[in-house]
Amino acid sequence: MSTTASGAEKQGEVTGIRARRRARVAWAFLSPALVVTAFVALYPLCDTLYLSLTNTRLGSEEPPRFVGLSNYAELVHDGFFLDALLLTVFFAVITVMLELALGLGIALLLDARFKGRSAVRAAMLVPWAIPTAVSTQMWKWMYNDVYGVFNDVLVNRLGLVSEPIAFTADPRTSLAAAVLVDVWKTTPFVALLLLAGLQLIPRELYEAARVDGATRLQAFTQITLPLLRPALLVALVFRTLDALRVFDVFYVMFGSRPDMQTLATYAHEILVSISDVGYGSAVSTAIFLVIAVFIVIYVALFRRREA
Amino acid sequence: MKARTMARRVIFGMAVLSLVAYLVFPFGWALVSSFKTNAELFSTPARFWPEHPTLEHYRHVLANADFLHAVLNSVLVASSVTLVSLAIGALAAFALGRYRFRGRSVVLYVVLSMTLFPQIAVLGALFQLVNALGLYNRLPALTLTYLVFTLPFTIWVLTGFLEAVPAEIEEAAYMDGASPLQLFTKIMLPLAAPGMVTTGLLSFIAAWNELLFALSFMQTPDKRTVTYAILSFSATTSSAFEVPWGQMMAASVLVTMPLVLLALVFQRRIIAGLTAGAVKG
Repeated sequence: MSTTASGAEKQGEVTGIRARRRARVAWAFLSPALVVTAFVALYPLCDTLYLSLTNTRLGSEEPPRFVGLSNYAELVHDGFFLDALLLTVFFAVITVMLELALGLGIALLLDARFKGRSAVRAAMLVPWAIPTAVSTQMWKWMYNDVYGVFNDVLVNRLGLVSEPIAFTADPRTSLAAAVLVDVWKTTPFVALLLLAGLQLIPRELYEAARVDGATRLQAFTQITLPLLRPALLVALVFRTLDALRVFDVFYVMFGSRPDMQTLATYAHEILVSISDVGYGSAVSTAIFLVIAVFIVIYVALFRRREA
Repeated sequence: MKARTMARRVIFGMAVLSLVAYLVFPFGWALVSSFKTNAELFSTPARFWPEHPTLEHYRHVLANADFLHAVLNSVLVASSVTLVSLAIGALAAFALGRYRFRGRSVVLYVVLSMTLFPQIAVLGALFQLVNALGLYNRLPALTLTYLVFTLPFTIWVLTGFLEAVPAEIEEAAYMDGASPLQLFTKIMLPLAAPGMVTTGLLSFIAAWNELLFALSFMQTPDKRTVTYAILSFSATTSSAFEVPWGQMMAASVLVTMPLVLLALVFQRRIIAGLTAGAVKG
C-alpha cells in the first residue's frame, strides 16, 4: 500500500519537474521576442508617459525638468490640438461607417459563386498593397484642379459643374478628398474579413429559412447579420483604431496646412519639427487615451448585447 | 421568369464590373499617365489613352540617384526586418503554440494588444532611443523600430500555425530522442513554412509601406525609403505646372508594381493571413 502511494508521489514529483523544465524551455524560446518587445514597445511606452511629464527638448542646453501635468493642462487649451482631435474623431467615424457599409456590400457580392470570382478577389488586393503615401499621390493627381481626371469628367464630359474644383485645396472638399482615399485603400480589407465571416455561415441555415418561407431580407437580418457579428466587430475595432492614428493620407495630401491636422500629424509636427519632446509626448499619450476610450466604449456595447 | 433571372444577372455583372473598375482605376490611371508625354498630361480636355506613349518619365526616374537609393534602402530595410521578425517570431510562436506554462496567456494578450498598438504613441521615446543609440539617419534605426508592428503580427499568426500541428508528431520526435531545439528546427519549422511565407510577405509589405518612422528617423536624401522619396517629387514646388506628375506617376508605378505582383501571385496566402490575424482575435 505505502509503496504504491510513494510511487504515485514520485510520479507526481517527476511530472512536476518535467513541467518546470518545459516551462523553462518555453521561456528560453520566448526570450528574444520578449527582449525586443520590451526594448521597442514597452520601454518606449513608459518612457513616453514619463517624458510627457517633463519639459524635454531635443538639442536644448538646459537639463529637462519634471513639470507634472502642466503639458496636459496646456493641451486642454491648445486650439490646434482640439481641432486635430475633432477632425480625427470625425474622420474615424465617417470612414469606419463607410468602410463597413461598403465592405459588407462587397462581401455579400463576392459570397455568390460566379465565374472570375478569384480574379475579383485578387483585384481587391491592389488598393491594399499600394503604400498609402503612394496612393495618396495617385489620388492627388486625379484630384488636380486643372488636369485631374475628376475635373475633366465633371466639367468637360458631363458638364455637371462649370468651374473646376480644387478638391484638395478647397476647405469644403478637403476632408471628403481624404476620406475617399482612405475608404478606397481599406475597404478591401474589411470586405475580405467579412467575406471570411460569411463563408463560416452554414448554407443549410439559408435552406431551412427558405423552407420556412422567410424572405431574402428576413434571412439577411435574422441569419446573416447576427452570425456575422463577430467578424463585423473585429472589423469595427481594427478600422477604428487604425483611423484614429491616421497619418499618411493627411501628411501627404495637406502637409502642414493648419486646418487639416490629425492627432498623429500634430504629434509628429511637435516631436520632430519643433523637437518639443515633452509636449509632443503628451499629445502621443492623448492619442493613446482616445483610442483606449473607444475600446472601452466598444467593449461596453459588446458586453451589453451579449448579456 | 427567364427575363427576371436575365435582368438579375445583368445587374449582378454590372455591380461586379463597377467594383473592379473602382478598385483598379487609380492605379490604372497612374499607369496610363506615366506613359503620356508632358504635352498630353497637361492638356485639357484630358486624353484617356496616350497617343504617343513614351518612356521619358521612367528614364528620368531611373536616372535619379536619390530615387534609386530609396528603392535600395526600402529593399534592405523591408527584407532585414522581415528576416529578424520571422526568426524571433518563430521561436516565440514555438513556445506559445507547443507549450503550456504559467504566463502564456499574459504573453498572448500583450502580443495581441501590440498588433493594435498606435505607433505614434511611442514616437517620442523611440526618437530619443534612436538618437541615444547613434542610429539617427541610419537604416538600422528603421529595422529596429519596424519590429514594433511586424513582430507581434508574426508571432500571432505563426502561433496559430504551430498550435495546429498534431501532438503525435511532437511525441514521436521526443520518442526518437530529439531535443526541443531539434524538434523546432527539424520538424516545426518545415511544418510552419507556409505560415512563414504568409507572415513574411505581410511584414515585407508593411515595412515597405511605412512612412511615419522613416520620416522621423531618416533625414538625408540618400537614407530615404520609397514612401519618403515619393513625397520629395512634390515637396519642392507647389505650382501644378512645376510638379513633375509624369515622373511621380512613373515612380509610383515602379515602387508599387512589385507589391501588386506579389499580392496577386500570393493572393490566397495573403488573404488567409490577413483574415487569420483578425478573425481569431
